[in-house]
Amino acid sequence: MNNVFVYIETEGTQVAEVSQELLTKGRKLADQLGVELHAVVAGTGIKGKVEDQILPYGVDKLFAFDGEGLFPYTSAPHTDILVNLFKEEQPQVCLMGATVIGRDLGPRVSSSLTSGLTADCTQLEIGDFDDIKTKKHYDNLLYQIRPAFGGNIVATIVNPDHRPQMATVRSGVMQKAVYEGKAKNEVVYPEVSKYVSPEAYVVKVLDHHVEAAKHNLKGSPIVVAGGYGMGSKEGFDMLFELAKVLHGEVGASRAAVDAGFCDADRQIGQTGVTVHPKVYIACGISGQIQHIAGMQDSKIIISVNSDPDAPINRIADYVITGSVEEVVPKLIKYYKQNSK
Amino acid sequence: MTKALKIVVLAKQVPDTRNVGKDAMTPEGTVNRAALPAIFNPEDLNALEQALRLKEQNPGSTVGVLTMGPPRAGEIIRQGLFRGADTGWLLTDRLFAGADTLATSYALATAIKKIGDVDIVIGGRQAIDGDTAQVGPQVAQKLGLNQVTYAEEILKIENNIATIRRHIDGGVETVEVPLPCVITVNGSAAPCRPCNAKLVMKYKYASCPLERQLEDPRADLYAKRDYLNLNQWSVVDVDGDPNQCGLSGSPTKVKTVQNIVFQAKESKTLTASDADVEGLIKELLDEKIIG
Repeated sequence: MNNVFVYIETEGTQVAEVSQELLTKGRKLADQLGVELHAVVAGTGIKGKVEDQILPYGVDKLFAFDGEGLFPYTSAPHTDILVNLFKEEQPQVCLMGATVIGRDLGPRVSSSLTSGLTADCTQLEIGDFDDIKTKKHYDNLLYQIRPAFGGNIVATIVNPDHRPQMATVRSGVMQKAVYEGKAKNEVVYPEVSKYVSPEAYVVKVLDHHVEAAKHNLKGSPIVVAGGYGMGSKEGFDMLFELAKVLHGEVGASRAAVDAGFCDADRQIGQTGVTVHPKVYIACGISGQIQHIAGMQDSKIIISVNSDPDAPINRIADYVITGSVEEVVPKLIKYYKQNSK
Repeated sequence: MTKALKIVVLAKQVPDTRNVGKDAMTPEGTVNRAALPAIFNPEDLNALEQALRLKEQNPGSTVGVLTMGPPRAGEIIRQGLFRGADTGWLLTDRLFAGADTLATSYALATAIKKIGDVDIVIGGRQAIDGDTAQVGPQVAQKLGLNQVTYAEEILKIENNIATIRRHIDGGVETVEVPLPCVITVNGSAAPCRPCNAKLVMKYKYASCPLERQLEDPRADLYAKRDYLNLNQWSVVDVDGDPNQCGLSGSPTKVKTVQNIVFQAKESKTLTASDADVEGLIKELLDEKIIG
């Protein structure tokens, strides 16, 4: 009862990295709250194959549901599992990845349990809350912190009266680390049919095709990112060249993705990927909060912008005031000249 | 075999957060709504297009636009009618105000029950002012319907089963879902058709009662042409429970809202000159920041 739960996402028998990141965060929250960290995973043929990818992150108890029809994921069976398990276990917190699956499953579960859900959190903390209207005081609520309104403000959301307090978090926002403390590491394999009704398997997946990521933006030590100021898809070619010579990856702001300059899987920010590179070169990016939320932990930030007052310049270590068309080719040229 | 479908499109009027200028925030750190134009949520337009295509492929089908918001959100229904929708409903009531996604989905679900016999509920994956993607699945759950999120294209509907291609992380999937169902559509799906000039002429003055003036100069027109009278529903009209609507039906509470102040760094300012750019590259190389 009252524990912290993390929903574990899988592709076949491969556990998603975001789930491991959430286990590390969930472990910290559980320690702070003085409760256990529990994990729940559902798939087909996962028994004996996923436990080692889950338990090392500080899991006290893993509920592993293994049965036909649980992979590929469809909404209803996974919803049934979580809803019925949560009715038994009464967790206080439930975290899941802000992935396609997490964003399909989370709202369905929250609606079934009438519990609050906050999407795409960038920070999770424990703290108190005083409801001004009811004059009630609450201890140890989950602060679900996220940029809102297109990333122009940051809101702290709480769910005072409903459990579990649910939140989704995007991949890369939290950092995974094998737990060094002692966790109970108990595993149970509940009978799926006790949790999922036969009618739940009504959606049929005819074809399921997943490709390995074409790039490693999340893990790249050097990121060259372009914004709306790049002007066009062709403008981005220049960034791909710079990224290539620097052995980095190309990212983009939401404005650039919306304008069709760059593929959506390269979007950096609250609704995209979060990166933590050694060097971040922001080209023609003004720096909306929604973008900054996804790159502010970069060690060195270089901003190339014709507007000397671009908001991103405030957090940059180096500000180059000039047009990207002029500066980016020079960066390429002088890197080639000066590197060995 | 095709059949006539009753399709409801969920659409939201949103502030255009994509083009936020420097004046979008007040000095006090609150959102300056007046500085942001109100638009048809982009992905809801993608959903409308899928609905209109289904209507064309399945003779006898109808498309209605369901929206919730203040009276001026009637504009969303008109925008739908201009593009080929047949009807619309505006959910408007002070009791709906302050709703989080759960209370919003409750209101929409009660309205859909009131509309009745709906085959497909379709909306955008998410709205650009909240980016939560929660309302679609929550409406589905409240109606006890199957859901397909992140849809790219509805490939066909046959024998009451929809075949849908959808995006998943790192790939694509094709799924079959029996009707009735809820579908949410990605922004990368086919863009919505433009307004049709004839339909704009026809529906230009279509409006909800609350959008009109007390002694409206077009009162005669509204009396003569019933299609100009858009449906406007309150909590009572949809037999809603006020406790599950608006702020009181919302489990999530906003504790604080802040304008973020990023820790300003001491930055080195450079020009685009060759000397400055080369100096920067050398410095980064010397300090082994880049290899």
